[in-house]
Amino acid sequence: MVSLNPTRILKNEAEEEKAEIARMSSFIGAIAIGDLVKSTLGPKGMDKILVSMGRNSGQVEVTNDGATILKSIGIDNPAAKILVDMSKVQDEEVGDGTTSVTVLAAELLREAEKLVEQKLHPQTIIAGWRISVDAAKQALANASFDHQKNMNEDAFRVDLENIARTTLSSKILSNHKEHFTKLAVDAVLRLKGSGNLKAIQIIKISGGLLEESFLDEGFLLNKKVGVHQPKRLENANILIANTPMDTDKIKVFGSTIKVDSMAKIAELELIYNYPEQLFADAGVMAIEHADFDGIERLALVTGGEIVSTFDSPDRVKLGHCKLIEQVLIGDECLIRFSGVELGSACTIVIRGATQQVIDEAERSLHDALCVLAATVREPKVIYGGGASEMLMADAVSKVAARTAGKEAAAAEAFAVALRRLPSAVADNAGYDSADLIARLRAQHAQGESTMGLDMENGCVGDMKTLGITESYVVKRQVLVSAAEAAEVILRVDNILKAAPRRRGPDRRPC
Amino acid sequence: MSMFPGTVAFDEFGRPFIILRDQENQKRLTGIDALKSHIQAARLIASILRTSLGPRGLDKMMVSADGEVTVTNDGATILKLMDVDHEIGKLMVQLAQSQDDEIGDGTTGVVVLAGALLEQASSLLDKGIHPIRIADGFEMAAATALTHLDSISEAFPVNKDTRDNLIKVARTTLGSKVVVKCHQLMAEIAVDAILSVADLEKRDVNFELIKVEGKVGGRMEDSMLVRGVVINKTMSHSQMPKVLKDVKLAILTCPFEPPKPKTKHKLQVGSAEEYRDLRRYEHEKFLEIVRRVKDAGATLAICQWGFDDEANHLLLSEDLPAVRWVGGPEMELIAIATGGRIVPRFEELTPDKLGSCGLVRELTFGTSKDEMLVIEQCSNSRAVTLLMRGGNRMIVEEAKRSVHDALCIVRSLVQDSRVVYGGGAAEVSCSLAVARAADKLSSLDQYAYRAFADALEAIPLALAENSGLSPIDTLSELKARQASENNSNLGVDCMSNDSNDMKAMNVIESLHSKKQQIALATQLVKMILKIDDVRSPADQ
Repeated sequence: MVSLNPTRILKNEAEEEKAEIARMSSFIGAIAIGDLVKSTLGPKGMDKILVSMGRNSGQVEVTNDGATILKSIGIDNPAAKILVDMSKVQDEEVGDGTTSVTVLAAELLREAEKLVEQKLHPQTIIAGWRISVDAAKQALANASFDHQKNMNEDAFRVDLENIARTTLSSKILSNHKEHFTKLAVDAVLRLKGSGNLKAIQIIKISGGLLEESFLDEGFLLNKKVGVHQPKRLENANILIANTPMDTDKIKVFGSTIKVDSMAKIAELELIYNYPEQLFADAGVMAIEHADFDGIERLALVTGGEIVSTFDSPDRVKLGHCKLIEQVLIGDECLIRFSGVELGSACTIVIRGATQQVIDEAERSLHDALCVLAATVREPKVIYGGGASEMLMADAVSKVAARTAGKEAAAAEAFAVALRRLPSAVADNAGYDSADLIARLRAQHAQGESTMGLDMENGCVGDMKTLGITESYVVKRQVLVSAAEAAEVILRVDNILKAAPRRRGPDRRPC
Repeated sequence: MSMFPGTVAFDEFGRPFIILRDQENQKRLTGIDALKSHIQAARLIASILRTSLGPRGLDKMMVSADGEVTVTNDGATILKLMDVDHEIGKLMVQLAQSQDDEIGDGTTGVVVLAGALLEQASSLLDKGIHPIRIADGFEMAAATALTHLDSISEAFPVNKDTRDNLIKVARTTLGSKVVVKCHQLMAEIAVDAILSVADLEKRDVNFELIKVEGKVGGRMEDSMLVRGVVINKTMSHSQMPKVLKDVKLAILTCPFEPPKPKTKHKLQVGSAEEYRDLRRYEHEKFLEIVRRVKDAGATLAICQWGFDDEANHLLLSEDLPAVRWVGGPEMELIAIATGGRIVPRFEELTPDKLGSCGLVRELTFGTSKDEMLVIEQCSNSRAVTLLMRGGNRMIVEEAKRSVHDALCIVRSLVQDSRVVYGGGAAEVSCSLAVARAADKLSSLDQYAYRAFADALEAIPLALAENSGLSPIDTLSELKARQASENNSNLGVDCMSNDSNDMKAMNVIESLHSKKQQIALATQLVKMILKIDDVRSPADQ
């Protein structure tokens, strides 16, 4: 009698989704995420408004950066979470291509769904994909070209500018892309191949126009000079300290101070602001409360050493710079260190009408800087505008034609998913994507592998003459990460959800 | 509830005796009902894991109570993360856990086998055989299977020269995981790690010396074996050198600060003079500490505790790079690797207690600020670290688990070098042997023997099913060929290689692991069959 009851092995609220249902749930989740960011792809992609919830509710953010969008939306579907996670990694690793990677993974899964319906085993599909990824990677590597061999600075700079332009053209900065391209390339070239983006400081000051943004060769610090101290110094020696300028507090033992009168305390501790007055008297410029990053960057720029004690000033290495002065940008007062010893750091000041514009400009610039830094590290470039995707798709198709067995269908599906990327770019710009892609494909079939989509004129164009190039590293990462994530999702045949943890009511002040 | 036998007794007036306290609040299952319910639960769990078995098994997506997602096909991990409530379910979870602790691999197999055994037991119960007779029969059948395993096992030499063969074995284990893409690399990493740690004389591998670290980002191909220690820390001061050569390490577990008496105390400062004295004392203490470390000849201080900015700067100006907040296990690893001693007090620091290594360098990853410290070319090269990379956190976690499995299988080969062949070959062979033995028995145990033989076939069946082959056809062909050719190396051809010879394909499992699987599964089944009464508080 009792054994007729269904046996429940999981906890009360835990769920289990099996085979077809599990697969459907992950496909739907992933495809929904892909469709969400798809419309932001390409030079004519649209932006999204994100309104935050919870603590700072009502705050508005306008962006078309895939990683930012995905970071901000709350997701419950586990498969979707995998995609979001992947785009975050892409953001951290190469900084750009976050949208492409998500869309590619989602398109792969969309194709996989059809194949599963045709009763292909997921493992077979994965085997087909692996063949395709190898072929696509090979094609991409063959198509990429490298300036390392003939290290021509000018040509490399042109390449970098092209890449920066391509990246920026899909962002809010597209109207001022020439200006920002120059900014980004200058900044990255100043790093001299170190690729250390920490040395580039971005200061945002609202007001003014986007074109008024500029690159400062020196270093800007958003701090004020003490009262009555000189506002301008030439040939300055800089002592960089990260310790308070008052008497050391003793840390030994549980010491307490017991005194009879106030007079003795004055003897012990210096009065606040007293050092500032001393500095003013001595004609030394002192800057208080510089932040931690600022200090490190300043040390990097001026070649000084960060000190934590004032006991041995003779042994401390001082930093040098030609000129320190106070400058006024907008209504902000900044301190500029120019003529610094090590020219590897610089500052970019972004101006813009509203906070949202500036924030988005910063994100776009960050993307461009990341891509450039990655390119400097591995100076290989390929053609953008969908040319590389079509190239890979062609290579995969060829491999699919040669493959015997069911894997061929999966490989063909991979090629289809790759072609969806340029097609989304064309769709977003409002052109007839089916026609454009078909024409592009025909061109590629004739061996014109530099052909891509010219989104300014809405036709097929030669990317070589248009100068639309992208970083090889970013493209390869997009391909590999997307295939990896899609594979992880496809391999799942069972979703087991634990009972959600019970939480007490949120008592934080809001 | 009152319909269960033994729960309630009535006197001649029809009034119930209360035998157990709160019996209306308790749930109770007895006799055959209890057994059936348990078997049902165990089979449910086994059926969840069944599709993850073998090189073509699929993964499970686990969502934790906090919404964290894990994708895995490692049996032990699936069961650990599953929110199991049922009593028997919990037993199964522990079964996989103990296989994981003991061997580290074959966790899925043991659960599937236990499920199959219980399924067979269920039909025997329907025939009216007493559960204890079934349990005893299974026990004897398992003993037969184990002796048969011994007889078909083959020696597999393990030493530095057989690296290639070991790699092939590791590849088999990794075959079922998501890392197949860089199969060869992972297998090499695992084998090299074990070989550099293994004590081949004593046939022992100390797992403490192998650390598996994961770092999100990069490609899986970037994973590597570091012959040394990797710690997730950086130099304490941003201007300390990033690369150090021929390093002498002082490994300290004492903080860089003036000594503190442990007794409760209170120190009163009465005048400015005293205050200054104290300050001077403190400063001198710092200097003394740094000097002590310098005098001992150390060129790098590894400190378990922190030190404040003042000490930090002092270290920089004295050219003594230092690392702070290093965790306890890492400290031990560093000590083992560099041959240094962990020093708990500055006073006890002497030159012979320092560790030494050839190279210390910082690794930087990606665009964000992510750094790790690598200590390489150590005097004792036996401590190694496996650094796993991958596209996202889930892949890295899964890669870590997979490599752990591979490490385990290689280790078990080092410990006991006898092997049997995988792909279900050993199970089919055992099943045939047990079935042969059944015919020679005259007692009721015959039935249990036959059931056991059938249950063993569950593994090749599941393998064939997951690989998209027709399970019954494959199995019957295998059985026929094994019986006629008397060749126990024939297994399921999961990867469509057109060959059933597992020896040629290098599909190997260690004898120890296989024996453990059968023994553990039988033990658990025996335990479940012996339960005839369950009391639990009723659902509210």
